Amino acid sequence: MSADAIIKVKDLSAGYGETALLEHVSFEVKRGEVFVILGGSGCGKSTLLKHLIGLLPPLAGEVLIDGGNLASASGEERQKILRRIGVGYQSGALFGSMTLAENITLPIEEFTTLPPEAREAIAWTKLKLVGLENFTAHLPAEISGGMQKRAAIARAMALDPQVLFLDEPSAGLDPVTSAELDALILQLRDALGVTFVIVSHELASIYAVADRVIMLDKKAKGIIAEGKPQDLRDNSKDPFVHKFFHREAA
Amino acid sequence: MPEVAHALTIERSEGGVCLKLSGRLDANTVAEIWDEALGAVKGKVTVDASAVEYCDGAGSALLCELRRRGGGEITGLRPEIAKVFELFGGDVEPDDTAKKPVNSPVETLGRLGADFFQDLWEQVAFLGQLAVVFLSFRGGTQRLRWSDVWITFERAGVQALVVVGMISFLTGLIMAFQAAPPLQQFGVDIFVVNLVGLAMVRELGPIMTAIVLAGRSGSAFAAEIGTMKVNEELNALNTMGLDPIRFLVAPKVLAGIMVTPFLIIYANLLGVAGGFLVMLLRGFPPPALWQQLTSAIGVHDVMAGLIKGFVFGGLVAGIGCLRGLQTREGASSVGISTTRSVVSSIFLIVVVDAVFAVVYYVIDF
Repeated sequence: MSADAIIKVKDLSAGYGETALLEHVSFEVKRGEVFVILGGSGCGKSTLLKHLIGLLPPLAGEVLIDGGNLASASGEERQKILRRIGVGYQSGALFGSMTLAENITLPIEEFTTLPPEAREAIAWTKLKLVGLENFTAHLPAEISGGMQKRAAIARAMALDPQVLFLDEPSAGLDPVTSAELDALILQLRDALGVTFVIVSHELASIYAVADRVIMLDKKAKGIIAEGKPQDLRDNSKDPFVHKFFHREAA
Repeated sequence: MPEVAHALTIERSEGGVCLKLSGRLDANTVAEIWDEALGAVKGKVTVDASAVEYCDGAGSALLCELRRRGGGEITGLRPEIAKVFELFGGDVEPDDTAKKPVNSPVETLGRLGADFFQDLWEQVAFLGQLAVVFLSFRGGTQRLRWSDVWITFERAGVQALVVVGMISFLTGLIMAFQAAPPLQQFGVDIFVVNLVGLAMVRELGPIMTAIVLAGRSGSAFAAEIGTMKVNEELNALNTMGLDPIRFLVAPKVLAGIMVTPFLIIYANLLGVAGGFLVMLLRGFPPPALWQQLTSAIGVHDVMAGLIKGFVFGGLVAGIGCLRGLQTREGASSVGISTTRSVVSSIFLIVVVDAVFAVVYYVIDF
């Protein structure tokens, strides 16, 4: 195991109840890396993500985030680990009754001693980060789907986490907005050293941002390929990986 | 003398104030120095950030705010930190126009009035649409979905039996308990049967049933249809050519109209049973109680309550569905619709009951 790994997944079996979608999965994510989880529909990408962020307990194995185990931690220790991560959900999952600024100030208010005007100033900077500084007083329902996704990233960034997990960040976005989001991910990584774990199957975005990818497979119940996306595209002998990267029908 | 507070040093001179920041500027350190740093901003300020080693979003927010209020320059930022600062909006000024304008009291009052009349208009329009839908039912594509009617009938009726029964029984019991001692002083405590019987059959049975229906079923209709609207399911129905009023609302309203009188009969029986229990415990024989009841209550009294039941049933189901259809966006809007459905229903139940009381009095029913 390398020392600069911020996430270590060891022999993880992931799934719901008794049903394991993935078995004996092991991988590491390095600090400052943009790591993408790929795979066909129903292969367990989102399930794996839920295990990584502690929403589901592992059926077997463990997930360590900066040395902390979310599944077994409780109380303050769990809060400490959660402070290191931010999650951008596929649908945004913004709180509908709060403005965009309030969505961001909520975790800041709960977990820091910053005064109200500081919280508001931070909310503005986070929204500026995603180009929504003119929408601080808007409710999520009053902005477009793409804007909601960007606002969700701003909220995930509220406490300046070390790791950002993003579930399908580019899905449903137009190519221009999608490219802007890719640029933002790279900027955050370069400027702040944020580590990204992204679930996606938008090939253009994957090529643009991913340092490394793992590809999951339903039948294999695990990782069938790992490496740089361009390498997998050009050199993989696995028929599914080849079809995936060349957009060929099964 | 410079004032020192962790990552902040304040130097005052004739030329103005110089704030020297150092070390890590993250949420924790910014929380410690925020008030002091901004409190020092009076007039022109220069910020020396050459000793800052780390700066995240919270640090950038402090620098932005210092520059906005002090108007001075931020100097000495390391290139990598300058990049972060720029990313978080260090290159632009916050725009106050992003904040929504606050309405004046007059404007707020006007909006409230407009909303009230708009709501009234929507209620009338809804009633009209519902009437058109009911009149246009025929076979084929214009048929009524009877399966949905029976499902709602079961959910709103059969599954409400326990709560309606308990409330009615206890109400009859409480009324008898309260009325018997004072009436006994005049030797007419047998008239407790008249009191409980008439009150239950003409007023309390229908009203309590309608209120339970509003709380259990009207709110459920509002939440169900509201959630469908938020999830764009109503748009899907519309684009499939299915009118939501005919498809969703009509079966619920019809089930409400059909089930409420049955619930009222059940509530009446249990309410009277509650009163009878008290009287039996006070030593009155069952035949005497039955004779007193039948002499006090006529068929027209029972009918007076049941007629209200048809109206209350339609009203509660209709209001629940209307509030569901009026749902805007987001989860909180569904909650608002549900609350509005219960509040409007209970208010209208009382208003309609008052109208019935006047009409029954005038026609001597």
